[in-house]
Amino acid sequence: MNLSPESMIDVIPYLTTGLWYTFIITIVGVAVGCVIGTIFGFMRLAQNRLISTIAGIYVEVVRGTPLLAQIFFLHFGIPNLIGFSMDALISGYIILAINSGAYIAEIVRGGVQSVDKGQLEAGKSLGLNGLQTMRYIIWPQAVKIMIPPFGNQFIISLKDTSLLATIAVGELIYQAQQFTALTFDAFEAYFMVCLFYLIITIPASLLLRFTERRLGT
Amino acid sequence: MIKVSNLHKSFGDNEVLTDITAEVDAQEVVCVIGPSGSGKSTFLRCLNRLEDITQGEVLIDEVNIADPNTDINVVRQDVGMVFQHFNLFPHKSVLDNVMLAPTKLKRDSKEEIQSRCLNLLEKVGLSDKAEAYPSSLSGGQKQRVAIARALAMNPKVMLFDEPTSALDPELVGDVLAVMKDLANEGMTMVVVTHEMGFAKEVGDRVFFMDEGRMVEEGTPTQVFDETRHERTREFLSKIL
Ligand SMILES: Nc1ncnc2c1ncn2[C@@H]1O[C@H](COP(=O)(O)OP(=O)(O)O)[C@@H](O)[C@H]1O
Ligand SMILES: [Mg+2]
Repeated sequence: MNLSPESMIDVIPYLTTGLWYTFIITIVGVAVGCVIGTIFGFMRLAQNRLISTIAGIYVEVVRGTPLLAQIFFLHFGIPNLIGFSMDALISGYIILAINSGAYIAEIVRGGVQSVDKGQLEAGKSLGLNGLQTMRYIIWPQAVKIMIPPFGNQFIISLKDTSLLATIAVGELIYQAQQFTALTFDAFEAYFMVCLFYLIITIPASLLLRFTERRLGT
Repeated sequence: MIKVSNLHKSFGDNEVLTDITAEVDAQEVVCVIGPSGSGKSTFLRCLNRLEDITQGEVLIDEVNIADPNTDINVVRQDVGMVFQHFNLFPHKSVLDNVMLAPTKLKRDSKEEIQSRCLNLLEKVGLSDKAEAYPSSLSGGQKQRVAIARALAMNPKVMLFDEPTSALDPELVGDVLAVMKDLANEGMTMVVVTHEMGFAKEVGDRVFFMDEGRMVEEGTPTQVFDETRHERTREFLSKIL
C-alpha cells in the first residue's frame, strides 16, 4: 500500500477542467435531447402510422444498442464512410443529444399517455381544439408526471458522458487518465473522479426529490 | 335544437347504437334512462361527437355534426358536457377551471370573463371556493364546478352523463338542485341518469334505451305510469 495524499490534491485542477466538460456536455446534450425527445415523443403518439413508426425505430435503435457502439459508430464509423473527421467534443454533444433524446421521447410519450383520458374529453367538450387541449390541459399535467423520470435520465446521461473518454473528450475520466499517465497514482485519481461525480449527482438527486415532493408526485 | 336521424354507432364490429331517431326541442329537458351498457353514454357522446358517428345524422341547431366538414370545435362551444367523473383540471384553481375555455375561445375581456365566471360559481354555490384546487373539494362540489365550467361557454345545450352516479348519496341533492335551477331557467338539457325522481320532476320527456335502441320515449307520466313496452316495465320494476 502506498497512498499518495498529494496526488489527490494535484489531480484537482485536471478534474475541475473535466468536470466542466462533463457538465457542459450533459447540459447541452440533454437540452437538445429534450427538444428531440419532445418531437419524437409526440411523433410516437401520432395517429399516422408512418410517423409513429419512424419515431419508434429511432427509440428502439438507440435503446437496443450500447452507448459505446453509438459513440464509435458516430465518431469513427460515419466520418470514415463519408471521409471527414469530426471534433470529439462535437461528437460528444451529438451522441448525448441523440441518446438522451430517445429515452426522453419515451418519457414524453409515457407522460402524455398517463394523463387521464377524461381530461382530453373535458377540453374537447368545451370547444378547445387539439392543440389548445394539449397545451393548456394535457401538457402541464404530463410535465409533472415526467419530472421524476426526466431527473433520472439527466443523472444517467451525466454518468454516460464518461464513455466519451474513449474518443478523447476531455471530461472527468479522460482527465484522470491523463493524470494517471504522468503519476501512476490511479487509486487517488479515480477516487477523486468518483467524488467529483457525486458532487453533481447527489445535489441533482436531492433537487429532484425536493421537486417531486413539492409537486406532490 | 337537437335532431338525431337514423344514428348508428359501432366500435369495430360491435354495433352499440342501432337506428336511433330522436329530437330535443329548445328549452326541453330530456332524461335518458336504461340499463348499464345500453348505449346511453355513447348516444350522449355522439351529440358532441366525442364519439365518431358511424352512420346517420345529428343536427345541433341545424348543423349536421356527422358531416366531417363541420368544424366540430365551434359546435362544441355551444354544447356543454358534464361527466360522471367530473374531469376537472387538477392543475388549475376552481376559477381557472371555469375561465379556461372562455379565456381561450371568447373575445370578451379578461375582466368580463372573470366576473361572469364568478357569477357562475355563485350560482352553483361555490363562490368561496374560487381559489381552491379541485383536489380539496368534495365530489358534489367538484360536479358543481364542472357544471359552472360547462356553462362558462354560454352553451345552448347541456349534456349530463350520470352526473350524480359517482357521488355519496348525501351530496347528490346539491347537484340535482343546481341542475333543476338550470332547467327552470330554460336550458336545453339531455341528462343520462338513474335518478328517477329527477326524471319525473324535472324531465319534460324521458327516453328509455335498451341494447342500443331507443325503445320508448314520452313524457315522464307516459313512460313511468303508462308504460307501453315490456322491456321498459321490466327495467323500471327493478330500479324503482
Ligand atoms: N370506446 C369503446 N370501445 C368499445 N366499446 C365501447 C366503447 N365505449 C362503449 N363501448 C360499448 O358500448 C356499449 C354501450 O356502452 P355505454 O354507451 O357506455 O352504455 P351505458 O352508458 O348505457 O352504460 C357497451 O357494450 C360498451 O362496452
Ligand atoms: Mg354510461
